Amino acid sequence: MDIWLFYLFALVIVGASLGVIGQRSPMHSVLFLILSFGALAALYVQLDSPFAAVAQIIIYAGAIMVLFLFVVMLLNASHEDDDPGARAPVPVGVKVSGCLLALLLLVELTWALTRVGRPAVEKDAASADSVSSVHEIGRVLFTDYAFAFEVTSVLILVAMIGAVVLAKRKV
Amino acid sequence: MNPAVIAHLVLIVAIFFALQISAAVLVYFERKIAARIQQRLGPYRVGPHGVLQPLADIVKLMFKEELRPKAADTWLFYLAPILSATAAFAAFAVVPFGSETTLFGLLDQPIRLQVADVNVALLVVFAITSMGVYGIVLAGWSSNSKYSLLGGLRSAAQMISYELSYALALAAVLVLANSLSLREIVEHQAGHWLGVIPKWYVFLTPVGFIVYMIAGVAETNRAPFDFPEAEQELVAGYHTEYSSMSFALFFLAEYVNMVTVSAVAVSLFLGGWFDPFGLTPEWLGWVWFLVKVSALLFFYIWMRWTLPRYRYDQLMAFGWKVLLPVATVNLLAVAGLVVWWG
Repeated sequence: MDIWLFYLFALVIVGASLGVIGQRSPMHSVLFLILSFGALAALYVQLDSPFAAVAQIIIYAGAIMVLFLFVVMLLNASHEDDDPGARAPVPVGVKVSGCLLALLLLVELTWALTRVGRPAVEKDAASADSVSSVHEIGRVLFTDYAFAFEVTSVLILVAMIGAVVLAKRKV
Repeated sequence: MNPAVIAHLVLIVAIFFALQISAAVLVYFERKIAARIQQRLGPYRVGPHGVLQPLADIVKLMFKEELRPKAADTWLFYLAPILSATAAFAAFAVVPFGSETTLFGLLDQPIRLQVADVNVALLVVFAITSMGVYGIVLAGWSSNSKYSLLGGLRSAAQMISYELSYALALAAVLVLANSLSLREIVEHQAGHWLGVIPKWYVFLTPVGFIVYMIAGVAETNRAPFDFPEAEQELVAGYHTEYSSMSFALFFLAEYVNMVTVSAVAVSLFLGGWFDPFGLTPEWLGWVWFLVKVSALLFFYIWMRWTLPRYRYDQLMAFGWKVLLPVATVNLLAVAGLVVWWG
């Protein structure tokens, strides 16, 4: 039962992710992304961590994607076909680096797939249980993983400042 | 099959239908109360005192023609009302409405009067509420009509603005109860202070309750915050182009959302199924739950027919400059008190 549910949700995630890049309408892409986030949350539930699942829905599917949708609606972004720039010839350098990146990802995927059969790192049931409670997540986040937590927040701050600088118009 | 599983399935179906019926009942009372407030009689022709009016409305909606604008995005146009209704129903799943019961010895083990006792219930409510906005936004966008689009945009802006205060009000209760499970939060509110005042969180954080109710009205798009469908400006807002059952789904979603917001408010602030006087037996708790939810729903309807709609900039200014700071200070104050008193 569990394994079938896993394959079902995994299929939805892969299908929805393909939908995101396969769509011409940005609106549909955004919706497919939401679907893929929702299915990902279902996988978290299967992994016995309801907190991660709900956080995934609140933050990604709920907050960030609403903003995406809002921007797409406000700009009334048209189909890519209407944009003459989208059909312009691609420079050779971009093509080569794109191919290299695709090759790299293919190698990585093959490597990852060859390791599928091996058992994952076994944790004792008690610690797996405790991490799923919100209490424990909060404690661990601000003690054992305080450094990673702070670094992440600095990273997000840098991204935010970068976005402001990029978006700023010269007055 | 295991009798507990059957009982649970029956419970799920019963809640689903109860929510649908509550929407019909609410429509009737909304029209009756509105009429009384305006010194009219309201619906009076269908059945005694017009009680069958909601049924007549449903039959009328079912037989209407399903219209779709030619330039609409077909898939999203039909998906939007379904999303709205689903989100409205889903949130109720984690709301507990009674203590454990064996149904007069019918079952070996007591079942909980709640569809799912999730240990992160409070966050689930919040997550599903934040998904509800998609139905409205997509309806606005896919209709390909300027009134619908404006309604959808307004709704998105409004919901994003008020979700913050809503979440902060929820967080204050979370700090008080030290738990995310709605059942545990309700159970924390059992008993009385000095033998008379029930230990409800509304007395510990009255500001949080007020913030929650205001933000709840804004989240459910009810007057005086019904901008997404402000009929004087936007015809009917996001559902301008909808007819027949698609429109009925939006209508249903609005009323079910009201019930859910009220039910969550009752669980968080008004002691859930506990009796304020401590006189009735515990298995009658669900009656008290119903009474409290009905009182809040009456308040909702009363407010809609008493207060005029705000202006849009007033709504935004109120949300960001008044409600959000108040909710933040409330959370800090509650946290400070909890640390102080232990």
